[in-house]
Order: sequence, then C-alpha cells, then structure tokens
Amino acid sequence: MKSDTMSFATIGRFWFPVFALVVPLAIIVVVTGQFGGLSIQRTVIEMLISIVIVVGLYIFVGNSGIISFGHATFMAIAAYASAWQTCCEMLKPITMSGLPPFLRDQSVPLLPSAVVSVLLAGAAAFLTGLVIMRLTGLAASISTLAVLFILNVVYSNWDSVTMGSASIVGLPTYVTAWLALGCAVFAIVIAYLYQLSAFGLAIRATREDEVAAAASGISLYWSRLIAFTLSGFMVGLGGVLQAHYLGTVSINSFFLSFTFLALAMLIVGGMGSLAGAVVGVVVITVMVDIFRRLESGISIGGEQWALPAGTQELIIAAFMLLILVFRKDGIMAGREMTLPGQEQREKGLING
Amino acid sequence: MANIVQVLVDAIALGSLYALVALAIGLVFGVMRLVNFAQADYITIGAYALVVPTASVAPPLLLGALPSALMIGGVLVVVVALALLTERVAFRPLRNSNPSTLLISSFAVSYFLQNLVMLIHTGRPKSVGIGQGLANAVEIGGVRIPGVQLLTMIVTAGLLVALVLFLKKTPLGVQMRAAAENFQMARLLGMPANRVIALAFAISGLLGGAVSLLLTIQTGTLDLRMGLMPVVYAFFATVIGGMGSLPGAALGGFLVGVASVLLQTYLPADLRPFRDAGVFMMVILILLVRPQGLIVTSAAKERV
Repeated sequence: MKSDTMSFATIGRFWFPVFALVVPLAIIVVVTGQFGGLSIQRTVIEMLISIVIVVGLYIFVGNSGIISFGHATFMAIAAYASAWQTCCEMLKPITMSGLPPFLRDQSVPLLPSAVVSVLLAGAAAFLTGLVIMRLTGLAASISTLAVLFILNVVYSNWDSVTMGSASIVGLPTYVTAWLALGCAVFAIVIAYLYQLSAFGLAIRATREDEVAAAASGISLYWSRLIAFTLSGFMVGLGGVLQAHYLGTVSINSFFLSFTFLALAMLIVGGMGSLAGAVVGVVVITVMVDIFRRLESGISIGGEQWALPAGTQELIIAAFMLLILVFRKDGIMAGREMTLPGQEQREKGLING
Repeated sequence: MANIVQVLVDAIALGSLYALVALAIGLVFGVMRLVNFAQADYITIGAYALVVPTASVAPPLLLGALPSALMIGGVLVVVVALALLTERVAFRPLRNSNPSTLLISSFAVSYFLQNLVMLIHTGRPKSVGIGQGLANAVEIGGVRIPGVQLLTMIVTAGLLVALVLFLKKTPLGVQMRAAAENFQMARLLGMPANRVIALAFAISGLLGGAVSLLLTIQTGTLDLRMGLMPVVYAFFATVIGGMGSLPGAALGGFLVGVASVLLQTYLPADLRPFRDAGVFMMVILILLVRPQGLIVTSAAKERV
C-alpha cells in the first residue's frame, strides 16, 4: 500500500522532465515582463511560439528520426485558414474575392476560428501522411520537400484567395506572452505524454531499428502516420499563433529559410529528446537576437559599428554544422531533464 | 506538326538538363548516401563567378570577360574546387553519420553558401550577357531551334555519354559503381574511399558548372536561387528513378523535365503558374504506385 506522499513523489518524478522545461520558461516570462524592454518581450513571445512549432516538429522528426521539410506547409495552411476567418472584414470581398461567401462576407470568432484552423492543418498532415509515410526514410524526407513546394506554388499563385505572394495584413493580434506560454506548455505536455504512450514508444523503436521494430509487430506506416498527424496539428497551432502575433501572413515566410531555422533549432538542441527541442529553440533564439542587434549596429566607446547584414544566417548555419560534426546528437544528446539519480536508475533498468 | 516537334525539342533539352543535375546528385548519393542540397549553390556560385562582386544589377564581367574556352574552364575550376572544399570541410567529418544527419548537414551547407553569395553579391537579380551569338535560331528540317537549346542538347548528350563511358570503362568509374552498390564491400576489396568520394564530388561539381553556364546563357540573369529549382527537380528525379540507381536518376530527370515542358505547353493559360505543383504532384503519385522508385537497386533496402 503506497502512502499519499509516495504517490506524490512518483507523480513528481514522472512530470519532472516537463517541469524542468516549463518552470524556467515561466520565470523568463515573468522576469522579462517585469524588467525587460519591449524588444526583449517581443523576442520572448517569438521564442515561445517557436517552441510550439519546434516541439510540433519534434513530435514527428524527433520520434521517427525522419527529417521533414514539409511542416511549414501545415503552419501555412493553419495561418491562412485563420486569416480567411478573422482578417479584415471590410477588405476581404475585394482582396480575397475568391473566398466562398460564408468566409468572404463575415468573420468567425477568434477561438472557433483558431480551432478550425488547427484541425485543418492536422487534416492536411493526415492526408499528406497517408501517401508519404509509405516511403522509406530518405525518400519520405524528399517528398515532404515536394509538399512544401506544392503548397508554395499553389498559394503564391492562387491570387483570388491568398492574395498571391503579397502579405495579408490586418489579422487581429491577440497573442500575449502568457497565451504563448500557455500554448508552449500545452505543446510540451502533449509531446511528453505522446512519447511515453504506446504509440510514442513504438515509433521510437522504429527510429532505433526499423527492421527489429517491424519484426516485433510494429507497423512503420501507422506509427509514423500518427506522429505526422499529431505533429501537423501542433505546428498548425504554431502557425495560428504566429499569424495572430505578427498580424500578417505571407507565403514566403513559410518557405525554405523558415524551414531551415526550425530544423536548426531542433538539431542544435538535439532531435532525440523533448528537452533538446526546447533547449535548441532557446539557444538559437538568443543567438539570432544577439546577431540581429549587432547587425543593426551598436556603439562601443562612442564608435558606431555593425556587422554586415546576413552575418547572422552564416553564423547559425556554421554553428549547426559544428554541432553536427562535434556533437551530432545536439546539446542535450537525446536526454531529457532528469532528477539526479533518476537517470542512473533508468540506466540500471536498461543494463539489468 | 512543326509545333509538336518544337515542344519535343524543348522537352528533350530541359529533360537532359535535369538528367545532368540528377546524375550529379545520384553520384554523390551513391558513394556516401548524401542527398546534396549544396548542389544548388554549386550551380549558383558557378554563375556568379562570371561577374565581379558588386551591388550593381549589371555588374562588370570577371570570368565572363575571358575568351570562351578560358571562361568555361574557369567556371568549371571554380565549381569543382567548391565541391571539393565542401566535401573536405563539411561532409568528410560526417561520413559515417546516418543519411538524415547528412541530409541536414547539406541543407546547412547550402544555407551557408547561399547567404555567403548574398553577402558578397547582394540579393538582387543581375543581368549578365555571355554567349550572345547563341541567341540566333538554327533551322534544321523546317524546325527552328534556338542556338541555346541546341547547345544544351549537344552539351548534355556529350556529358552523358562521357559519364557513361567513364563509369563503364575506366577503373575509377568501375570502383565508383561498386561503391554505389555496396560501399563497405568495395572498400574491403581495396577501393580507395577518399579518392572515390572526392572524385564523385568533383564530377558533381563539373556537371554543376556546366549547368550553371547553360542556365546563364539561357536566361541572361543571375539570381540567388537560380540553382534551386533544377536541384529540387533533380531530387524528385532521383526519388522517382529509385534512390541509388544512376540510370534511374537520369531517367527520372528526363521524365520530370519532359513533364514540366508538356504541362507548360498544354495546360490552360490560367493554370500555367501551377505547373511546378503539377509536376511535384505527379512525383508523389508515381511514388504511391512504386514507393521504391522506377528502378530498384539492391542498395535501396537497408541491410540488416
């Protein structure tokens, strides 16, 4: 018979990897909210949105070991869906005349519109996954690239509905630091529960050894399809948040540069663990922010100097390559945040 | 009738161009399981080597100012050197990593090179005039073929034949095919791994340089992303051809090029902007029917 304190400790130990990520994030939000300047607060919100996106990406890429270049697609689908429902009621009939009447002539309330957009992203991921998850790892990766290009071509040219490659401006901006934090926590919790579920364990087994996993009765196809769909929902949520944080949506912000940055975050932190995804976002966000400031110019000892524009991208790419060469499993190397002693116990379990 | 011949000429010219790029991708993939995104930047940088780095949209010529033979040689040397450099600096340390890691690293190399070009040449498209004499059309049997297209077909056909001869008839070529078949085994039998891999990169650079010259002559413009679409098409070509199969890569490249021209010609005008989406959709549909690609090699399935 376990006492209450025992079960409390057990729960604590179970949730520790989540707390170890969420609590520092909450502290960052509180501290920057109190003492930080406006630009730092903006960076923090962007970081939290990136966490939703990269954790979403991690749900598929990290657990399956298959790189996806296509997740920006599902973000774009959700972001555009949300724009169609909530943006600029007065202008919509003119700028997006091709929309069906129920969207063109009215706005949908924010919460239902967000839910619908996220569901749409998930549905798109499911349909894409039905086809692509039939392929082996590398072919699947390249096909996700095909998906990214298909969506980019379609949305860039479907002028009457997406305004082509122009930006849709005037989405309601309701994303605050606390909302972004809430969504980041939600993403982390879902990803954590998923990776410990039977589905999550199955797909992690396929990542380690496809043949052995298949021989143990795991369906590569279904386990990957489930992860791909869930991950589509989550990046869709990220897309909605980003759209309603920036207030604008533009198809070119969901293309290769963005895909690179999201993957860089995941790889630098280490795509093998949830903690890696979150740590990667924090590290890359800080780096990008520092170099963005240096590029815009700072004064040292009364003298103004600035790095040439574009240095930031070079440094991020070089940093990612260095990580791949010297620490190829990323900063966290596939580990979650654990209590001292806990990891030892798990190692003992594996070895014993 | 002449119109159909014209379309066919276009289709074959573009198809063979994509086949070249796909072979470059396929060769490197064969020897080290690397899908090389940076191939796009080999092509871009080869073209940018023609001009002096300035912010101008009509920059003075650098290599482009040399007589044609020297210009061609110069561009090829630049691109081959770049390909070898990326192999040495970025890909050799990662040689034993899994294909996903290699894929990601080539994505990072590509991003790096692209931003480097942007830093040096700025991001604006530039105009450059080389090979103007080729703009004139040549009339063969009642069909007018633009000189550029004729050149593209001759060059690609020549390179394809040369490559096939190299792979079939020379010891290094045979070693390269053996490496693509089973790298570990070939190595145990004495294949010099470093040399063969470097050679694969050198050839991919050579093909990349040829493609960048052909593209520049065709369009007369330099753009940061000029290498991107051919390489993306080539990726899909290697996938539908069957990853790891060189004939498959060439066949796939040919197919996507032909499909692209046919869609461009026969789609109704208001759907034409969606041409690329159509081709990529076809790629996915082909994969639905043949997930392993058209030509399945023994290398496609992971060994246990």
